[in-house]
Amino acid sequence: MASAPAQRLWQRRLVLTLLLAPALLWLFALIVLPHIDLALLSFRARSAPRHYQPSLNQYATFFAEPLYWHIFVRTALLSAAATALTLVIAFPIAWVITKVAQGRASALLFVVCLIPFWVSETVRALGWLILLRESGVLPALLVRLGITAVPVELLYHDATILTGLVYTSLLFMVVPLVSSLESLDNSLIEAAYDLGANGLAILRDIVIPHAAPGITAGCIVVFMLTLGNYLTPNLLGGKNSQWFTELIYTQFIVRFNWEQGAAFGFLLLALSTSMVALGLRLSGQRFVDVMRRS
Amino acid sequence: MIASLPRSMWLRTATAAYVVAFLVFLFLPLAIVAVFAFNDAPYPAPPWRGFTFDWFTGNAASGRVGLFHDAALLGSIWTSVVVACWVTALSVAVGTANAFLMERYRFFGKGALSVLMLAPLVIPGVILGISILSLSSRIADLLLALFDVDLDFLRPGLPLVVLGQFSYIATISTLMISARLQRFDRTLEEAALNLGASQAAVLRTITFPYLRPALIGSAAISFLMSFENFNTTLMLVGADPPLTVMMYGRMREGATPVLNAVSLFLMLASALFALTLMRGGSRGGATRRPSP
Repeated sequence: MASAPAQRLWQRRLVLTLLLAPALLWLFALIVLPHIDLALLSFRARSAPRHYQPSLNQYATFFAEPLYWHIFVRTALLSAAATALTLVIAFPIAWVITKVAQGRASALLFVVCLIPFWVSETVRALGWLILLRESGVLPALLVRLGITAVPVELLYHDATILTGLVYTSLLFMVVPLVSSLESLDNSLIEAAYDLGANGLAILRDIVIPHAAPGITAGCIVVFMLTLGNYLTPNLLGGKNSQWFTELIYTQFIVRFNWEQGAAFGFLLLALSTSMVALGLRLSGQRFVDVMRRS
Repeated sequence: MIASLPRSMWLRTATAAYVVAFLVFLFLPLAIVAVFAFNDAPYPAPPWRGFTFDWFTGNAASGRVGLFHDAALLGSIWTSVVVACWVTALSVAVGTANAFLMERYRFFGKGALSVLMLAPLVIPGVILGISILSLSSRIADLLLALFDVDLDFLRPGLPLVVLGQFSYIATISTLMISARLQRFDRTLEEAALNLGASQAAVLRTITFPYLRPALIGSAAISFLMSFENFNTTLMLVGADPPLTVMMYGRMREGATPVLNAVSLFLMLASALFALTLMRGGSRGGATRRPSP
């Protein structure tokens, strides 16, 4: 007959197994195995119908075809630009919320900033379409004000894509910035001010070092979301958007060339992962802490 | 400069102007969408031609199909709701199990597992979609070749959409529920056990009531994120598109203001949703998490 402690141990093991099962099932069936499969797909080429052999063809195509890697580099650069712009635009607002506005006004401003992001990205893109297209609100307004003679097309420019991407990303920058600035003790700023530091010195020596974890978290999330965005570049950029996710979509869904699409997917994943790693390395933080914070 | 320090008139004005400009930038697209839901014109564009409810109530007989008579659009809303219910149920269940697993147990490989659990948040949604598509198609092809059975749910369609969305929303519910479980005072459970309560009774009367706000909050967030997901869904969708994919398709064709009408409906629904959550007092409910 099993003793009581032994039975308790056995029971605990059973519960542990039951709790581990869903986690392992989720992570292996939906994350790990699909990515292994995607990798295998990207490294094979069809030699005859239903016959495949290992190959680097898809990656060779990527580097040999200037259009492909141009779009890849373009997507990376525009994403970086969108991330930087988002940080620059979001920082003053996070500062006002945490340091300038008081009490209820501060809480209210924070909530108001969050509200638009409860609405689907599709709806927000629709708003930009109605605002910016040739027959839209802003071109009509420009004509009315006498700035342009005829309505101009404001869609399909890189600046339009950037605007849309920054707009979609703001929340994911404001939230981590607010939470990191909240913990900055005001008396540090007051002390620096009393000792004669100017605004720029305070920002450089006190605020930015303190807010670094929030800045990193925000930048990582925004960069990754921008890089992987399909909807906003596609709708606001039209044929000119040349976003890398569109290449993946085209290969997978339109051309049915899954091997090529898988290779593109892996390249995008590699870029996104290496930027996340770089961000963590530069700021000396752990992945787990950053993701919990954001 | 902070509030307790002297600020020049110029700085105050500049700050106020910046906040106003920021809020205009945030709300202008949404306001425009709402206003043009009522414009008496076949396209959502200026000039303003008068007020109408046609884009809500119009039917084929009046020449304008409004939201309430647009069967395809209403069908896609229903599809989104069904998908979101599945995703929510799965995510909250798995998230709760994960929270207990990570907060209460030690086991081999726990560190690696906790990193792996966060990975879905940094994988672009498009890639989550294509990787699940490629694995499920391979399995389906294999089953077809070996046993001559064709399993429909492994082909693009709603079951795969549910799995695709669940694959990263589970991370979010895990984080939300773990965060609350972490702050739980274990002595409450010990006291109940000492007083003779069974394990099940302790869970039912003490632990779960404590977790309730996180469970409700994570259910709400899961529902919302599933409802709004686009990237992953686009890769896995079959014959019946959820609302976001349907709207995207119509926007590319140049749709009538019926899209504005459905958008307005979405805005009101999410505003109501947000207010209820904030009233509920779960602080985690006020902020959203990124959807890859």
